[in-house]
Amino acid sequence: MTDTETQIAQWRGYVQRRSALRNVDVEELEDHLRGSIEELVGSGLQPDEAFLVAVKRMGALDELSREFAREHSDRLWKQLVITEADPATGSGARRDLLVMIGCATGAALSFKAPELFGMVIDRNPTFYLPNLSLLILPWLAGFLAYRRRASTAVIGALVALFALGAVAANAYSFTEQSQSLVLTCIHLPIALWLAVGLAYIADDLRSPRRRMDFVRFTGEWFIYTVLLCLGGGVLTAFVAGIFTAIGISPENFIGLWLVPCGGAAAVVVAAWLVEAKQSVVENLAPVLTKLFTPLFTVVLLTFLVTAVAIGAGIHVERETLILFDLLLVVVLALLLYSISARDPLAPPALFDTVQLVLVVSALAIDVLVLLAITGRITEFGATPNKAAALGENVILLINLAWSAWLAFGLVRKRKPFATLERWQTTYLPVFAGWAWLVVLVFPPLFSFL
Amino acid sequence: MKLTKDLVAASATPMVLGILAEEDSYGYAILRRITELSGGQLDWTEGLLYPLLHRLERLGHVEAYWQAVTGERRRKYYRITDTGSAELAEQRRQWDTVVATLREIWPGASFALPMEGLA
Repeated sequence: MTDTETQIAQWRGYVQRRSALRNVDVEELEDHLRGSIEELVGSGLQPDEAFLVAVKRMGALDELSREFAREHSDRLWKQLVITEADPATGSGARRDLLVMIGCATGAALSFKAPELFGMVIDRNPTFYLPNLSLLILPWLAGFLAYRRRASTAVIGALVALFALGAVAANAYSFTEQSQSLVLTCIHLPIALWLAVGLAYIADDLRSPRRRMDFVRFTGEWFIYTVLLCLGGGVLTAFVAGIFTAIGISPENFIGLWLVPCGGAAAVVVAAWLVEAKQSVVENLAPVLTKLFTPLFTVVLLTFLVTAVAIGAGIHVERETLILFDLLLVVVLALLLYSISARDPLAPPALFDTVQLVLVVSALAIDVLVLLAITGRITEFGATPNKAAALGENVILLINLAWSAWLAFGLVRKRKPFATLERWQTTYLPVFAGWAWLVVLVFPPLFSFL
Repeated sequence: MKLTKDLVAASATPMVLGILAEEDSYGYAILRRITELSGGQLDWTEGLLYPLLHRLERLGHVEAYWQAVTGERRRKYYRITDTGSAELAEQRRQWDTVVATLREIWPGASFALPMEGLA
């Protein structure tokens, strides 16, 4: 039987190299293999024959690990086995690289294209600011749609969404001081980013796991973009320094070409990096979440206790509103990120409780803010800013309140983790809907204030 | 007999839940039971069974626990949960409707009841 043990050990080593299979899965499969061998030996085969037959019966490992990968797509995040193992796309990585370069160049050029029609970045802010995302994000969506081999229906929907965005950004006439202009500049990128999400999930529109992958993608994309911008900053500093040293002033080149074109291209390059090189920083976002969840919890709890102790109300200025909205966004991001990185099968742990405390204290603070805003609106009437801030607050409040309830169920082991995950992925279209509402309906509603 | 992929996918969940409703079990035994109950007609692969079990676990329909067997080895057992039982009952209602309808459409056909594996 020792021969069989060596063979099984070899088999185990071979199977463990599959990234879609974890050690516990291998253990489960090994138990299966042994059951199969025992039965075959019982029916009269020699142990080594039985081993061969049992392995053969288990079927091709490629197919097995692909089936595992389909169920555990979060593990695939390490390396896209499904697309890479596809024999038809042997030169796929190279073609992706070429398409990425094409899209990045396209983004950089279309950013400069309006100059042909006399629009200059620093002189026409009312054109450039709302149109910024419209000039760049279609290229990103195009790159993702290409990678996902999006269907004609999805491509049609993408074209329609970006056309709608173009209408929203340009059909209304804003003055430089109007609040609606600022709101459009903030909300149109959000609306269009979720359109990019549509391109991202184009290969499987209904799957909640795919949407969670998009949430992961967003976080990793953000990290990569920040890294690229830091690198770009170093490059820019050197360009400025060395050319000044020989008496040439590169300021115009930097301001009008290097920074805008580099930034536009970085958006696409970051997405390509996330898609191609996921394993490099794959653990960064979860680690950041683990670190900052307890810290934010402490800060929020201290704030609540202090605010109650000194009996202070919240002063509602425009900046405060935005600040507290951003706080909710950060809390939601911490929640979403740890959800997306959490092992769906892990039992509830201390971290889940900390997270619950974080969400509940954010909710408590938000109730204070909501009371303050509603008071202001009933007293002085609505402005686009206040209405948008209030709406966002309510949307985030609903999301966090229900998340808190689900997290409570998770901590008490009443609900499986999947319900919390599904709630977040189902809620994503609500954010998109609200962003479109602000962009399309708010300006006429508040008579372009 | 080779069933179509769609039919296998649709019937696998109620079959696994039904087997686990009888008693806790583990992968190899579930596969043996399926083969036995279908008289060798259904031949599931591991690539079908284990991802399915893991999905049911993620959805909270089953729970897993490890139990020691001979020596240092341990085995992963699955147990049906309350939501799993509810899901089984619901799937059973749906299958009853499908089977009853097919019986009406094919009168007189001797129906090897596909639900027998669930009883």
